[in-house]
Amino acid sequence: MNIIEVKNLSYSYQHFDDEGNLIESAPALLEINLDIPKGQFVAVLGHNGSGKSTLAKHLNGILKPTKGGVCVNKMDVNDETLIYDIRQTVGMVFQNPDNQIVASTVEEDVAFAPENLGLEPKEIRLRIDKAMKTVGIYEFRRHAPHRLSGGQKQRVAIAGVIAMEPECLVLDEITAMLDPKGRKEIMNTVEKLNREKGITVILITHYMEEAVNSDRVLVMDKGRIIMDGTPKQIFSRVETLKNVGLDVPPVTELMHLLSQSGLKVKNDVINEEECVEELLRLTELYKPTN
Amino acid sequence: MNLKDITIGQFFPGDSIVHRMDGRFKLVLSFLFIIILFTADNFRALFIPCAFILMAYTACEISYVFIFKNMRPIMPILIFTGIINLFFVGGNEVLWDLGFVQIYLEGVRTCVFVIIRIVALITGMSIVTYTTSPITLTDSIESLLSPLKKLNFPAHELAMMMTIALRFIPTLVEETDKIMSAQKARGASLDTGGIAKRAKALIPVLIPLFISAFKRASELATAMECRCYRGGEGRTKMRQLKSSKIDYLVSVLMLCTLGMVILVNIA
Repeated sequence: MNIIEVKNLSYSYQHFDDEGNLIESAPALLEINLDIPKGQFVAVLGHNGSGKSTLAKHLNGILKPTKGGVCVNKMDVNDETLIYDIRQTVGMVFQNPDNQIVASTVEEDVAFAPENLGLEPKEIRLRIDKAMKTVGIYEFRRHAPHRLSGGQKQRVAIAGVIAMEPECLVLDEITAMLDPKGRKEIMNTVEKLNREKGITVILITHYMEEAVNSDRVLVMDKGRIIMDGTPKQIFSRVETLKNVGLDVPPVTELMHLLSQSGLKVKNDVINEEECVEELLRLTELYKPTN
Repeated sequence: MNLKDITIGQFFPGDSIVHRMDGRFKLVLSFLFIIILFTADNFRALFIPCAFILMAYTACEISYVFIFKNMRPIMPILIFTGIINLFFVGGNEVLWDLGFVQIYLEGVRTCVFVIIRIVALITGMSIVTYTTSPITLTDSIESLLSPLKKLNFPAHELAMMMTIALRFIPTLVEETDKIMSAQKARGASLDTGGIAKRAKALIPVLIPLFISAFKRASELATAMECRCYRGGEGRTKMRQLKSSKIDYLVSVLMLCTLGMVILVNIA
């Protein structure tokens, strides 16, 4: 069953002058069609300005389609009466954790969303304890957010969203401002949420290695989805990716260079294990005969 | 002075009796404390609220060192009021005659009295912020102001604005430091020159700070919408404000203090 259905979605950023006349219309999304089944881990790649974040903001009704429609669990995002049910179903985390944390202590911030939903105090307590334990920040629950590291702050932001018990998480470049350690923490948390809690994850990212373990990769360029497939299918098309300004994982790049120089290697290598295997096979194959 | 050194308005988490008191009581009682302080009109009477502060600092397990740390930012006010009182309060007994101005015994008395009163005021009021988490504090203000909601007073919005302001103070302080370093690295001199020159040098710090604050505000608004924020209506609170025996006991104690001060005033 699909949790998200996007049909013929187009969106333009429109600017109006003082009299309300349209003076500028910049198309950001063009005829997007996309179905995302429940529980899938989807990575969305694309360089800056390709429309990734604009698409993300349509998935919980922050932006309204100029044309076409978006449905979340069969609920139409254009229906104002359902907007809070939709936002509760699709949680969203952004790039800068500092600009998402509302309260001065971790636990009070995580409680913000459940409080907005009007839950009973006891239920809120249960939910936030669960959310904080899931992302591993329970021990910091009484800390002030500005004393935490970037990775910890971003986990607070994630906890603040999963306390709503969403079925789907949209993560908009959530590791972009973090150091390698923080990035690892966050990716482990996200993968755990997907595997253990069955939460559908839509991960928008610049880092190819974060997309390697996903179920499905979407590549966006100039407001369109230009590629859609498994990580192996996508990354084996090195030239196409480079044409839209994207890189491939380092190991894939290595294999690509080897095959360009005339060696017969597999072109769908995306992680280190496969790479090592392939290189060992190569050394066997091209063993000097003297 | 480093911005990070300011201790007024900070919260020190803990589990003392004062920490566990109801925030609403603490707020109302802090106003009662001001009344006590200004009721006292001689040194003996003023001694009572001062003793009360020391007791309160002991009860909330906060080091007396903070009484002195608090003095640093308000030092200019203390010096200013001190000097005004010293030079301009008249009396009968001249202590020093500097020619253009005379210092009277009464002047010295008033000067010391006013300084003690201001110090007591700041240290006393600080107890509330030291022992109450900002959220509890704003919840308490919201709760105390909620009767005014019937008159269309935006009590919830006010409390939410305060919560966010308090949350972003450390973030913006950090940002200011960063911008100042960045401008210094490009040759801006922020610590030299006269007042006018220094004020002018602050412009390249304030403008980026404002722009970034607006950007943060817009991102925060989106993040809050994503977390189903829709104003105060239908919103619940995880933490319910509850008054207990301690709150009533402390109230009685404070009323007794007020009574004592009035008695000492008369005697």
